[in-house]
Amino acid sequence: MADQTTNIAFVRTESIPPSPPPASEMGLVKWLKENLFSSWANGILTIVALYVIFVVLRGTMPWIFNGVWDTSSLAECREALNGATGACFSVLSERWHQFLYGIAYPGDQYWRPNLAFLWMAAAVAPVLFFDLPRKLLIITALFPFGAYWLIWGGSIMVPLVALAGVVAGGIAYTRLNKSSFAAGFFSAILAAFVVWWLGGYLIPEDQSNSLLQPVPSRDLGGFMLNMMLGITCVSLSIPLGIVLALGRQSDMPLIRWLCVIFIEFIRGVPLITLLFVASVMLAFLFPPGSNVDLFLRVVIMITMFSAAYIAEVIRGGLAALPKGQYEGADSLGLDYAQAMQLIILPQALKISIPGIVNVAVGLFKDTTLVSVISMFDIVGFIRGPLSAATEWNGVYWEPYLFACLMFFVVCYGISQYSQWLERRLATDHR
Amino acid sequence: MTTMTDPPKESFELGMLINDTRYRSLTFQAIAAILLALAIWYLGGNLIQNLRAAGLNISYEFLGNPSGYDISQTLIDYNSQSSHGRAAIVGVLNTLLVAFLACVTATVFGVIAGVLRLSNNWLVAKIMSFYVEIFRNIPVLIWILIIFTIMIAVLPGPRAFRGDDAEASMLFGLFAFTNRGVYIPGPELTSPLFAATWLNWLMVLAVLVGSWFGAKALGNWATAKQEATGVRPTTWYITLAIWLAPVIILLTIMGLTWNVPALKGFNFNGGIKIGGALIALWFALSIYTGAFIAENVRAGIQAVSKGQTEAASALGLRPGRVMNLVVLPQALRVIIPPLISQYLNITKNSSLAIAVGYADITATLGGITLNQTGRAIECILLLMLFYLTASLTISAVMNVYNASTKLKER
Repeated sequence: MADQTTNIAFVRTESIPPSPPPASEMGLVKWLKENLFSSWANGILTIVALYVIFVVLRGTMPWIFNGVWDTSSLAECREALNGATGACFSVLSERWHQFLYGIAYPGDQYWRPNLAFLWMAAAVAPVLFFDLPRKLLIITALFPFGAYWLIWGGSIMVPLVALAGVVAGGIAYTRLNKSSFAAGFFSAILAAFVVWWLGGYLIPEDQSNSLLQPVPSRDLGGFMLNMMLGITCVSLSIPLGIVLALGRQSDMPLIRWLCVIFIEFIRGVPLITLLFVASVMLAFLFPPGSNVDLFLRVVIMITMFSAAYIAEVIRGGLAALPKGQYEGADSLGLDYAQAMQLIILPQALKISIPGIVNVAVGLFKDTTLVSVISMFDIVGFIRGPLSAATEWNGVYWEPYLFACLMFFVVCYGISQYSQWLERRLATDHR
Repeated sequence: MTTMTDPPKESFELGMLINDTRYRSLTFQAIAAILLALAIWYLGGNLIQNLRAAGLNISYEFLGNPSGYDISQTLIDYNSQSSHGRAAIVGVLNTLLVAFLACVTATVFGVIAGVLRLSNNWLVAKIMSFYVEIFRNIPVLIWILIIFTIMIAVLPGPRAFRGDDAEASMLFGLFAFTNRGVYIPGPELTSPLFAATWLNWLMVLAVLVGSWFGAKALGNWATAKQEATGVRPTTWYITLAIWLAPVIILLTIMGLTWNVPALKGFNFNGGIKIGGALIALWFALSIYTGAFIAENVRAGIQAVSKGQTEAASALGLRPGRVMNLVVLPQALRVIIPPLISQYLNITKNSSLAIAVGYADITATLGGITLNQTGRAIECILLLMLFYLTASLTISAVMNVYNASTKLKER
């Protein structure tokens, strides 16, 4: 037996390297075959889709790349194009400041909203990315007061008094919160009101010669107005939404029913009717002679609107918590305020983040509705002053394209952030 | 020796109102009730004072007064001599019309886009996610205005259809797309059975409902036969006859002709005119909400576990039937609740009609009537009442449907 093996002339000592797969099973060809032409129907679908893309690009590409950026009216732009297909982007390059700040904001003061915008970026960063040092939250805390002063101008005493009231409230809360939440909460409100009432005497009547030139609310406009409404209303409606959601879950029938009626009423009517209320009906409910700013009235109504939706989202989060969490909090001897602050809300809000972001994005898009009650936000500006301007009468696509772009960038950015946050906050093991 | 202490006496002290959990909720509710009453008293007092200062009162008499304005798109008879109340009803019907049309088309767009987004064709899936992201992230008001602009600025005027070598021509000689609206052929009955037009169409509807019952009965019979003998009788041509024959006979008796729009003078005449505002609103609402529905549909399909698809394939079902018989019925349960809220959103967003001048309830009652009569409070209250009723009705109806498709658990 042994010499049989020695008779064999050749024995391969190493294995042959694997031969490459056939050309149709690798690289681009395989990818095309699997993803675009896996069956007859798929192949036809691919060809139709390619044709659609081709038609769309053939229509839009020359229009975009032939665009004219440096003329001062539509007639000149048409002349410059000389019959060729092309966009008149010069409406953007000539009027960009009105798109962004509205038609009436004083031109030499644009640095103020710009600075407020930069401050906003700095203020939002520590809220959105909690890896940043917590000390940065001071910038966030100061932002509402600083931004108010930058945008509206007038006496610096107004934001300072407002800030002093909030600080007094904060101090009172931290002192008394030890004994009970209710005591801390109500004494904070009381302290803030006392400071505001006393500080009211410090604010000068005549604000015309203050450091920053006062700008009335009706002069605000453009995309700035959309941003201001969006940020103010979202940040105000989250606390209100939490209160409404807790109220709807409450054991006290009166409070529960009040919250249910409020939420269902607001969710049942369109935002436009609420804006009508702001523009024509709310004035009847304020004390006679008081002239409440339209911006403030709109903020009140939009905040109520989004608070109702956020309340429903948070209620979903509260309902999704296992009952053991509530019972665990009770068995530790925590009272209602402590249980909510320490156990329930941190978990419920975490579950609710995607929903809250959805509401925020929807709310930001809905700020364009103020153009219906003749506030000149970016859409109102395009529909009103821009289409009435003689030099740009007849230009449609470019302004709407610009507005679409602004909204898309912001809303898409927010939704991407929310997806990142969801992955980041996922503490459960998968 | 131990002395027994008396059990503490049940006595009520004032401090118990806040410190005893038995009474605390009562205290809080009493405070809330007092605050509520104060708020109502304060706001109501302001309202009365302001109304008195403006010389107004709350009264709905204006609804009976002649409106004095015209509406171009109406479903019922209306002219400028009709009352404000009738204008409001025209608005209600227009709102319901556009909401219904948009719900149907948005569902179609949404289901197609949602299913195609999961297609294994890479290119088609990418195009659909592009559609969804673009439309979800841009306000619906901008879409409505863009489509309205296309309607009035890009489509040719009726003048362009004139002459032998006209710049524009009608599609198939039947449809005219102009900047004043789209004209489509309208049905006309030359020998109607009833004097009132709507009674005739109600009759047609009744016949169609009868056909539906007939077709259903036939289907039941075929199923019974299949269960008894194992062979399903071929019924499709009978079903077709049940659907078509009665309604064709009825329409022939009533003398149905099609009134094709034709250019007369400066404008088109005859047929049905669909205003540019209605089309803009309808199309924009359906394509915008379609993007949201697409996401709901995708989430619903992905919620069905892969094992279901694999089991169905193992049973030998073809891919189309796997979708129809196994995946979609289960996905529907997940899809329907968010779909309901999308329908509600369409109804509420149809109030944006006011931006393009479509005469829905917001534009008539909340727009022109409010401005002409100055009855802000009454108009807005009626407007809210309508939307509240519509929303609650839609969600009630859809909840019944939702309950019927819910998983029956024991």
